[in-house]
Order: sequence, then structure tokens, then C-alpha cells
Amino acid sequence: MDFRIDEEHQELIDLYREFAQNEVKPIAAEIDETERFPIENVKKMAEMGLLGIPFPEEYGGAGMDTLSYVQCVEELSKVCATTGVIVSAHTSLCATPIYLFGTEEQKQKYLIPLASGEKLGAFGLTEPSAGTDSSQQKTTAVLVDDDHWVLNGSKIFITNAGAADIFFILAMTDKSLGNKGISAFIVEKGMPGFSIGKQENKMGIRASSTCELIFEDCIVPKENLVGEIGKGFKYAMMTLDGGRIGIAAQALGIAEGAIEETVKYVQERTQFGRRISQFQNTQFELAKMRANTEAAKLLVYQAACAKDNHEKYTHLAAMAKLVAATNASDVTRRCLQLYGGYGYTKDYPIERMMRDAKITEIYEGTSEVQMMVISGWMGVK
Amino acid sequence: MNILVCVKQVPDTNEIKIDPETHTLVRAGVPSIVNPFDTYALEAGVQIKEAIGGKVVVVSMGPEQAADALKTCLSVGADAAYLVSGREFGGSDTLATSFILSNAVKTIEEKEGAPFDLILCGKQAVDGDTAQVGPELAEHLGLPQLTYAMDLTVEDGVVKIKRECDDGYDLMTTNLPAVITVVKLPTEPRYPTIRSKMAAKKKPIPVLTAEDLAIDVSRCGLKGSPTKVKSTYTPSREKSGVKIAGLPADEAAAQLATLLTDAKIL
Amino acid sequence: MSEAYQNIWVFVETECGKAKNVGFELLNPARELADKKGCKLIAVVIGKDVEHVAKDAICYGADSAILVEGDEYEYYSTDAFATALVELIQKYKPETVIIGATNNGRDMGPRVSCRLKTGLTADCTALDIDEETGCIAWTRPTFGGNLMATIECPECRPQMGTVRPAVFKKATYQEGKTGEIVREDIHVAADAIRTKLLERVKEVAEAVNLEEADIIVSGGRGVGSVEGFATIRELADLLGATVGCSRAVVDAGWMPHAHQVGQSGKTVAPKVYIACGISGAIQHVAGMSGADTIIAINKDEEAPIFEVADYGIVGNLFDVIPAFIEAYKKIKA
Repeated sequence: MDFRIDEEHQELIDLYREFAQNEVKPIAAEIDETERFPIENVKKMAEMGLLGIPFPEEYGGAGMDTLSYVQCVEELSKVCATTGVIVSAHTSLCATPIYLFGTEEQKQKYLIPLASGEKLGAFGLTEPSAGTDSSQQKTTAVLVDDDHWVLNGSKIFITNAGAADIFFILAMTDKSLGNKGISAFIVEKGMPGFSIGKQENKMGIRASSTCELIFEDCIVPKENLVGEIGKGFKYAMMTLDGGRIGIAAQALGIAEGAIEETVKYVQERTQFGRRISQFQNTQFELAKMRANTEAAKLLVYQAACAKDNHEKYTHLAAMAKLVAATNASDVTRRCLQLYGGYGYTKDYPIERMMRDAKITEIYEGTSEVQMMVISGWMGVK
Repeated sequence: MNILVCVKQVPDTNEIKIDPETHTLVRAGVPSIVNPFDTYALEAGVQIKEAIGGKVVVVSMGPEQAADALKTCLSVGADAAYLVSGREFGGSDTLATSFILSNAVKTIEEKEGAPFDLILCGKQAVDGDTAQVGPELAEHLGLPQLTYAMDLTVEDGVVKIKRECDDGYDLMTTNLPAVITVVKLPTEPRYPTIRSKMAAKKKPIPVLTAEDLAIDVSRCGLKGSPTKVKSTYTPSREKSGVKIAGLPADEAAAQLATLLTDAKIL
Repeated sequence: MSEAYQNIWVFVETECGKAKNVGFELLNPARELADKKGCKLIAVVIGKDVEHVAKDAICYGADSAILVEGDEYEYYSTDAFATALVELIQKYKPETVIIGATNNGRDMGPRVSCRLKTGLTADCTALDIDEETGCIAWTRPTFGGNLMATIECPECRPQMGTVRPAVFKKATYQEGKTGEIVREDIHVAADAIRTKLLERVKEVAEAVNLEEADIIVSGGRGVGSVEGFATIRELADLLGATVGCSRAVVDAGWMPHAHQVGQSGKTVAPKVYIACGISGAIQHVAGMSGADTIIAINKDEEAPIFEVADYGIVGNLFDVIPAFIEAYKKIKA
């Protein structure tokens, strides 16, 4: 057991932090207010290699690991949870399944531009009637003339949708087989019959371009099927296991960012002739939050390290996400309370952080789903 | 093009604290950074290299830890770095510092096997704020100088700069070799990439000592510095002014307007 | 150190036949120093058609002036000015040389001091004489204005320093005062001037002359946007003031750098400085604490700007300023 961050990871954390503080933080409130996708920062992150952190250099990546990637999402989310999820959805949900399940040709064609950040990725599983119960896929894919696939249906709540170039899409190839009839495809923006629907007007992470994907006789080349036919659901679940570490890191970052801001605020603000940091309620509140957040951090890093070490990590990712997400909501709510009235205004970032935190309890598996995964792993049936 | 960029590691002056008792800098917990003006000088050098080819070498004088600043430079486009370090150099004022650097320039030129065509410095370091080392280095080397560059380009052995003025800029040129001090650039300095950062970690940074420079040590450090710091103090800032608080804006404003006009301030 | 070095020189910078204010300003504290030392105060004027500047320098307090004129001095160049000044110093051996810390002064000063192998103290804000050593005590802000340092040059002569514009005020102009003007014929060959000025480009629509403004209305981060500066401008227009700003504003791109007050911007000393939505970081205060009266408007009661303010209102500047404009107009009506 060694809980120290090594020099290499620490130096990259410093790099992520410098970028987050200098480039991401100044526009966080603006993009939240206007729901503008921060394309300029996505481009800068691409140049720096932040869109392919855990992939080998020969595939355009930075050659680092999951731990460094989640530390990047964490640093970004400290100041802007939207930017955190843009990187997380791109890396965990689109580039990763292509890396894990794609053919060499697919990696050459799609993973390299994704990992180098030249192209942005998204992931399409959720449908209007297939949320937590994602086996209820209505989108269909039919092989025509043994030449190409034709996709029909729609996906909703797709992160990065409006800005992405490459989509990892799940669709039913054989309804009679249920979960085992689901397959995975790589769909490119601009393929005939593929369009982006309306953008959701969300409570938080408002600039992440969450849209509907529409497939109307969408023609996808035959070779864009990923892996084996009928294995799509398995791939999706494995992808989400990894994605959950990213979202857990996002939640962790939100909590840490909220605490950082609040610690500053309570030392500036005075009431009853004292800095509010001098009240024991403030001290105890922040102490509890800090301790719980540290606990969440250990779970997140543990899950990331398990993945890097090729150990089983499904339950660890679920625990990390459950704890970090619950903590993010709790911490941001308590921090806002310490701010009082000012915290409720948009003059301070804390209300945005509170709105952003909520989604971490919902997407990539709700907290309840995480509890199902954990209890299942425990054998409590 | 052989380009040398002189950089200094400085405490982040945005986070500086002064001990009110001793009037000295509280170093603990204050992050060290590459002097911001030097980051523009380096970016300018790297952009010129990218445009017309060549090599960018960085040099810094300072304690061992200043190697960190040089690593940062290596991660954003510098090809090689040298640290000038030694007890003899401590306490140098700008005259001694520029003398040491001018000797280092000659030593590095020998090591690199070619003279520098262009020497870039930040306009000043944000800790000392003197803006003197660049021009003094030019003087020691007998080179022409252009200061306060907000943009620069090199073509056919001529460097052209926009020199900052109060209401615009002067377009100025000089033949290379020359020393240019840089205020800023039209573009912000680049960030390292993950790969460049990891590569920079592995690059060795040679240390040049007084012996390596074969320098006259009587012209270095405190001995070689004509200026001496006599005393330091923290600027006082407490004033007992009139503060109007807790009133509606119109009442507060009316009160202030009356106060100011009665006192004939406005 | 040799007895041969005597008198105090102030370099009065000129360009295109006109003097920069700072040279005249510096004659004022230098006069005091010369009187304390019992030595002469001499203005050094280098330029093209600048005899009138030498005369003015005498009226502003110099005992006499040294005048170097030539076409090559119409515009500033490091080589021409440094060469001329070094030659003068070597000939006359002044004990002290004071130079205005303009961009040109800070370009030339180190070149001259380095050639003479003497000390130069940069960007000073206070001057005195050390009773004990008889040296000039040069005081300057350092570490972003967080610390003041007093520096001396005990062994080398001349002792040199550059001094910030707008820190000292000009003495009253003494009409009809006369003094000797010594002409020195120094010329620098065209090929010895290695830099060339190709073009002077004006970028700012109106020249921003913060250093000479009587009233400055400055906006900080609290102004919130480019549009927010309309309110600041309205107040400035009413008072005939110049608009300033803090570093945060320049960093955010709301105002050009020419408007920036503070350690990394301009040092100003107006009669009235109105700081709106400026927290009062030490870097900013370093540039404006010389104002006669400081007025602060800030919604944060604890903002450090109130520590240096003579008058302050705790409130939202977008409520307070319009109300102030109305109240002020009513009083003046």
C-alpha cells in the first residue's frame, strides 16, 4: 500500500490544474449561462494531449494511464464540471470501446483522430424508453445486401452530441435475443440519414451539448460494426464500468472545487464582527466535507489503479461513483449554506456547482444502479 | 538561427507574503514560476524557430531549484537548457548578474559550437522589477538592443519589433545578432503537452559553475555589485477614511457627493 | 570613490524637440538633494532643437544645463543617447545621475551604467540622502509592490537611478530664471546607431495620459464586462476625468493595457482617484497610493481598497454611480 502520488502523476496534475485555472475557470460561468459548448478549450486540450491520456502513443494518445486521466477530469471539474464531462464522455465512452473492442483498421481510422483530439467522440445507448433499463433498445440495425447497415431509431441525452464527429452507437440487430441481440457500431457525423436533434435545456453541466441523435434509414458501412454481432450490450456495460470512474472523478472534482471556493469565502466574509471561518459550525462543516471528499478520492483512485492493473474493478468503480456523487451533492449543498444569500446568486460559482453535482448521481448509472452492482457483487440477492 | 532565451525563476508575486516583523519574503508555500515576461520571450523564440528553423537554448542563473524553471521551458519548445549556479554568484545585483550571464553566453556558445544570432529576455523579472539585466547583457556583449517588444519577427538576418509606447507602438529593426527584451506577444505562451512534459523531465540540464565560466569572481556576487540593499520595509497602507456602509445607494451617494463638494475635493 | 565626482544631474528626456514631463518633475526632488549636499543641480538635455527645454529646466529648478543637439537625437535610439550621455559623464564626472524611468530611460540607463561599471537603481519612488554615508538613498518597490527597498551605491560613481514618472510633482515654474547653458558638440555617426525606427504607429483612438490626469475614475473586476465600463465612462465624462482600470480588467480584455494602473501598469498621482469595483490588491495600490484623495466604491465591505481610501461607499457600483451622478449634478446646479 502506497497512497502517495508519484512525481510523474503529480507533474501532470500541475499541468491539468494550470490549464483549468487559467483557461477553464474564467469562462465557466459564461458557458453555464449561455449553454455554449467551449470549443476553444476543447481545441487547446486536444493540442495538449488531454483528449487521449490513457491510450498508447501509437494510437495518438499520451501514453499515460487511467489514473492520470481521472486526475485530469478531477482538476477540470474543480472549476467547470461541463469541461470535465466533455473529456470524460469522449475518452471513456467513445475512444475506450474502440480501443478495447475495435479492429486494427477501426483503431487506425477512428481511435487515432479521437485520441489526438482531432475528432471529438460521443456514446449513444440511452433511448426515450431505455434509460436505466437499457436492454429495451428500440433502435434497430439491419444488414442490407451484405453491404451496409441501416439504422433506425433515436437516442437521447447524448453528451457532446452537438460537437462530436464520431459516435459509438448501440442498436438492436436481433430483437428476439433481447440483450444478446444488441450490437455496437461506429457512426460518423454526416453519414446519410443521421442527424442531431434538439439540445436539452439542463439544470447543470449546461454547456456539454446534450442532444438527441436521430437515425432515419441511416446508412453505416458494414465494417463499422464493432466486435462481434450481439455483443454490444456487454461492450456497453464494460464501457460504462470505466466511464463511472470518470464520472466519479468529475463528482470528486466538483466537491473539491466547492470546498476550495468556500474556504476562501469564509475567510473573507464577516458577520457578527468575525470572519465566518471563526465560527465552529463553519470549521466543523468544512472538516467533515474535507474528510468525506478525501474518502471519495481514495475510492476513485483505487478504482482507476485497479483498472490500470487489469484487475476486476466493476464493483470498485460503482463504489467510487456512488460515494463521490452522493458526496458532491452533499458538499455543494452544505457549501452553499455557508455562503448564505450570496451563495444563492450567480455572482458566486457555488450555486452552479450545486446544480452540476446532481447529474453525477444520475448519469452513467444512477446511484441506485451502483447499489445494484455493489450488492450483486456482495452476493446479496 | 541560434536563439538564446534568458529566464529567471521567481516567486509568484500574486501570492507573495511579507513577514511584517522582519520585512522579508515568506518563501514557504509561495509557488515558484518562470518569470511571466520570460515565458513570452521563450514563446517568441520558439515561434521564430518554428518559422525559419534553428535551435532554442534557455539559460537561467539561480540556485539548484531553478532547474525546475528550465524543465518547464524544455516542455514548451526549448531544445536545450543550462543552469548557471554557484555560491560565488549569490547576492549579485544587475551589473554582476549581467556580467555573469555574458560570460555564460560565451561558454554556452562554445559548448553548442555556434554563436547566438538572437538573445531574448523578458522585459523585467516580476520579483526585482528592474528591467536592467537585458540591456546590461547587451552592453557586456557589445550587441545592439531593442526593448519592450510586443511582437517580433526575423527575416534575412534582421529582427523587426513592435516596441510598446503609451499610445501605440514603434516599428523598429536591427541587424542580428542582437538582444531583444519582450513585454508580451500577440499570442499567449503555449501550454506543454503531456508528451513534451514527460520528455522534458528526462532531459539533462548541465550546470555551469564559476569554474566552468572561467570568470573573474571579483566581479560576481555581492563583491561585484556596486549597489547594496540598505534596508527594506513593508509599505504602510492603513488610512482612517470615511466609509459609508449599510445605506441605500442613493442616500450613500448623496452623502458622498456632499462630503466631496464641501471639502472642495470635487 | 574620488572627490572629483560632484554635482547632481537630471537627464531631461526629449523627443521630437519636446521634453517629457518626468525630467522636469525630477528636478524638484533633485533640487532638495542638491541643496542638502550643497552642490549644483544640472539638467542634461539631449535632443533636436531643444534649447528651450534647457531653459525650461532652469526655470524648473536646475542651476545650469548641458545641451547636446543634433539630428540624430530627434527620435530616441539606445546607441546615440547612451554614447552621448557616457561621453558627458566621463567629461564632467557628476556624483549622481537621475533619469526618468520611462521606457527610453530604462532602455538607456542600464546601457550607460554598465559601460561605466557603476550601480543603477531601477524605477525609484523616493529619494533621500543617507546622512551617515552621504550617498543617495534610492527607495523602490519590489516584489510586486509588496516590499520597499532602499538601495545605495557606496563605492562607484556616478551613482545612478531611474525614477518613476508621476511620483514627484514639478516645482513652480520660475519665469525669467536664468542659468548657464553649456553646449556640447557630440555627434554619433549614422552607422554607429545600430537600430532603426521605421514607423510610429498610434493604436489608441485617444491618447491615454493617466500620468498627467487630475482625476481618474478606475474600474476593476467588479465592473463585470466591457459594457459595464459605460457607467465608469459616464462618471469620468461628468468629472472631466481619465478612465483607468486594474490588471484584472486588462487580463479579461475589457480595456487596453494603456489604461492599466498599478505595479505592472502606470503609476499615477492624480488629485482624485475613484476606484470602482476594485478590490485593492497590492499591485494596484502600488500604482495609485500617491493620489491626494482616494474614493472607493465596492460591494465587499472587507475589500482592502477601503484601507487606503479616504472616502468609501459599500455598495453595488451600478447603483451607487448613477445615484452619485444625479446627486453631484444637483449640487452643482
